[in-house]
Amino acid sequence: MIKIKPMAEDKKQKAHIRFVLNGETVEVAFAPHKTLLEVLREDLNLTGTKHGCELGECGTCAVLVDGLPILSCLALGLDMEGREVTTIEGMAEGGCLHPLQVTFADLGAAQCGYCSPGFLLTAKELLERNPAPTRDEIREALSGNLCRCTGYIKIYEAVELAAARMRGEEAEPAREIIHGYE
Amino acid sequence: MAEYKWPEPEKRSLIGKRISRVDGPAKVSGKAKYTYDIKRPDMLYGKVLRSPHAHAKIVSIDTSAAEKMPGVKAVKVIQEPGTEIKWAGDEIVAVAAVDEPTAEDAIRAIKVTYEKLPHLVVEEDLSAAGDNAKPAAEQTAGEPEKAFGEAEVIVEGFYGLPVITHCCLESHGSISEWEGDQNLLVHISTQAVSNVANQIGRPLGIPAANVRVKQDHIGGGFGSKFQVDRWDVTAAQLSKMAGGKPVKIMLERDAELMVAGIRPSAYARVKVGAKRDGEIIAWQSESWNTGGSGGGGSPPLPYVFSVPNKHTQHTGIATNTGSARAWRAPNHPQGCLVTMSALEDTAARLEMDPLDFFLKNIELAGRFAEVYREEFAIAADLMEWKKNWHQRGAKTAGPVKRGLGLSLHTWGGGGHGSNCDVIIHPDGSVEVKMGTQDLGTGTRTAIMMVAAETFGLPLEAIKLMIGDNQFPTSGASGGSTTIGGVSASTRRGTLDALEQLFEKVAPSLNVQPADLEAVAGRIRVKSDPRRGLSWKEACMKIGGTAITTRGRNPGPGTLNSSGVGGVQMADVSVDVETGIVRVNKVVAVQDCGLIIDLKTAESQVYGALIMGVCYALYEERIMDARTGRMLNPNMEFYKLAGLGDIGELVVHMMTGKAYDERGVIGLGEPPVISPGAAISNAVANAVGVRVPSLPLTPDRVLAALQYPDREGGSSKNGGNDAGI
Repeated sequence: MIKIKPMAEDKKQKAHIRFVLNGETVEVAFAPHKTLLEVLREDLNLTGTKHGCELGECGTCAVLVDGLPILSCLALGLDMEGREVTTIEGMAEGGCLHPLQVTFADLGAAQCGYCSPGFLLTAKELLERNPAPTRDEIREALSGNLCRCTGYIKIYEAVELAAARMRGEEAEPAREIIHGYE
Repeated sequence: MAEYKWPEPEKRSLIGKRISRVDGPAKVSGKAKYTYDIKRPDMLYGKVLRSPHAHAKIVSIDTSAAEKMPGVKAVKVIQEPGTEIKWAGDEIVAVAAVDEPTAEDAIRAIKVTYEKLPHLVVEEDLSAAGDNAKPAAEQTAGEPEKAFGEAEVIVEGFYGLPVITHCCLESHGSISEWEGDQNLLVHISTQAVSNVANQIGRPLGIPAANVRVKQDHIGGGFGSKFQVDRWDVTAAQLSKMAGGKPVKIMLERDAELMVAGIRPSAYARVKVGAKRDGEIIAWQSESWNTGGSGGGGSPPLPYVFSVPNKHTQHTGIATNTGSARAWRAPNHPQGCLVTMSALEDTAARLEMDPLDFFLKNIELAGRFAEVYREEFAIAADLMEWKKNWHQRGAKTAGPVKRGLGLSLHTWGGGGHGSNCDVIIHPDGSVEVKMGTQDLGTGTRTAIMMVAAETFGLPLEAIKLMIGDNQFPTSGASGGSTTIGGVSASTRRGTLDALEQLFEKVAPSLNVQPADLEAVAGRIRVKSDPRRGLSWKEACMKIGGTAITTRGRNPGPGTLNSSGVGGVQMADVSVDVETGIVRVNKVVAVQDCGLIIDLKTAESQVYGALIMGVCYALYEERIMDARTGRMLNPNMEFYKLAGLGDIGELVVHMMTGKAYDERGVIGLGEPPVISPGAAISNAVANAVGVRVPSLPLTPDRVLAALQYPDREGGSSKNGGNDAGI
């Protein structure tokens, strides 16, 4: 039998860190055991990062740390000291949605929308290192994100369309995306 | 009185077009709030102690240590000593504490003793079910014995699909708080905002009128979030014990998979009798399933095709597992898989192209025979069926074999009861309020499209409020009933409001109200469109008090109906050395009457096809016969398809006069029915033998290739023990 030691008093001792969140330096105090997911959602009130499985299996809680996608349910808040964190709330710039956000919304890649923040941030990192990904490369980059509704086809199309627009092409959705299969 | 009908095709500015979801921007920017995101002042966190045993009697519960722990604010025994527990994961005790770790510590400090009882958790082998098997009456139509005697070909087979779960990305749960001791505020992840108050009020002993229910967005339901759950009632009870402070209980991932809903399994031994020319004349099936400790219904057999001579018998097996809930198109995917597999096997025995075989018998499909015929022609074209189909067993060299399969399905989808308030303010702004919910299917968008269409306004001119039970009641979102319900109530309410507006405006234009129409932001005279007022000018004639109407469904006029047909075709590749199945392409041709939003309609079908790929190839709940527990209550071993697993998907929605005339019909269920059957048939066509049970995992494929005559595929445990 594991001995249970009351923890509540210890937990009142909070960790205190400073890091860059969505481009701005923040200081936050939180119970030291907390994951980045919990710190974001509970202590910083940024609930755009979603809670899916808390076991690193679904990809719903993905955020960017120093530009790379990580699962915030598996990262400790404490480890963020001095790091740069981007969440979905920081993806739009100056009130202007990121091209990926535009295409996800327009093409219906977000249905219930619960998995969308994780997909969007992971895709953002992909397009930053690879402006013209193939379907295989999109698949590989987004293979850790699960969607249950599911919008996979539209997610492929949204990533491709956003990539084209970010390359400066005047891209429009393919004809069948607009007009269906006739 | 207004004439309640949909505008003619040439007069539609929005209906039938591809309109993006209005809540897309909120969802992609992280602003959309889900129940899991709700954080209330002084909120406590609830956790539930669950039974580790599949079948047991509670002997004693000692919560004293938990109650003394600092930070624990309430402890509630949910099921008292003496209670019989019927599945692992059932709720025993709940606690509320200042944070999650404290609540978890408290749960671990509770001592419960059980008297273990024998359990049954695996049902693929009917003969092992003993007293848990509850056979239903046999059903006979026509003269099956005589028909089998006359049959020139008789094909026998075994087919099945295991229990799967809903596995919502946002788990089930709610946040409850009391205002005084008689009023409750509940934020809940639900498919039925208008039904929650009554369900939670009763066990709490308060009037439904005292319960306020809210939900902005929901992260998946798929049929599992219709009911208020025991943990929701418990959260409200804990809140009361803690002086009314909000208590949040959201299920952990393992609980979500163990207790928050399953789709019943189905297994069947089937015999089909046919003439050599392909005419189906006789059907016999012995089927069984489990829906947990309660019932799970029974699959409709034979599905769609009403074979003239048939004999069916179904047995429900009570197992010590979490209960069944509606899962998109309850019992149809099961009936479809069993039937379409058996029929495709019959076609294969006859060496007939199953497309020809299905078409030969299409009159047996009844009301939608012509719809299916039309859809098959389109699907065959999109799949290049005639060019690509081959007799069963690909003759190509190398280990990768390619094959095609098909299926068809039906569903009701009549609109549910729905009410809305429509308000036109004297300043021209428009409100629509409805106690419905948007599951991500585009309900918000559809309601706004209908209102904007009626008023001749742009979409953004409509202020829509849903997700709150202070708005007029509207039905649960399930069974493909939402779009028919909400579109009809909105259309009636907006037509009535427009009629009142016309009455206010007509005198100033010296015409009768019936002479007016609302088009492109203007109220104008039908016979002389240049004469009219802008919407804003027209609304100034309303006077001081806004126009308010109540739209209802059901109601006058034919705006919706029930019943659809759809067909699907699948193209797969199977590696006969590894047993790995890949879906190359699925074609879905679907009817749903008059389509409101073509874009969200198509996305329902895309989503359904991928869910279909999931349950065809990957998903299964695996139970441990010895411990009675679920072996894969997580998203690592409960497999869902990822982005790379889906292949090419082609969706064609049926449109045109004959479809429009049936009014609006729901779409959530039908396209998820056929993928399992179409993919299973394609695999049989590729490798030359039937893989009897879904999911078509490598071990099942290899077992079927090695032992083509063995019933049930890979193992007696409904699952791939080897896979874990």
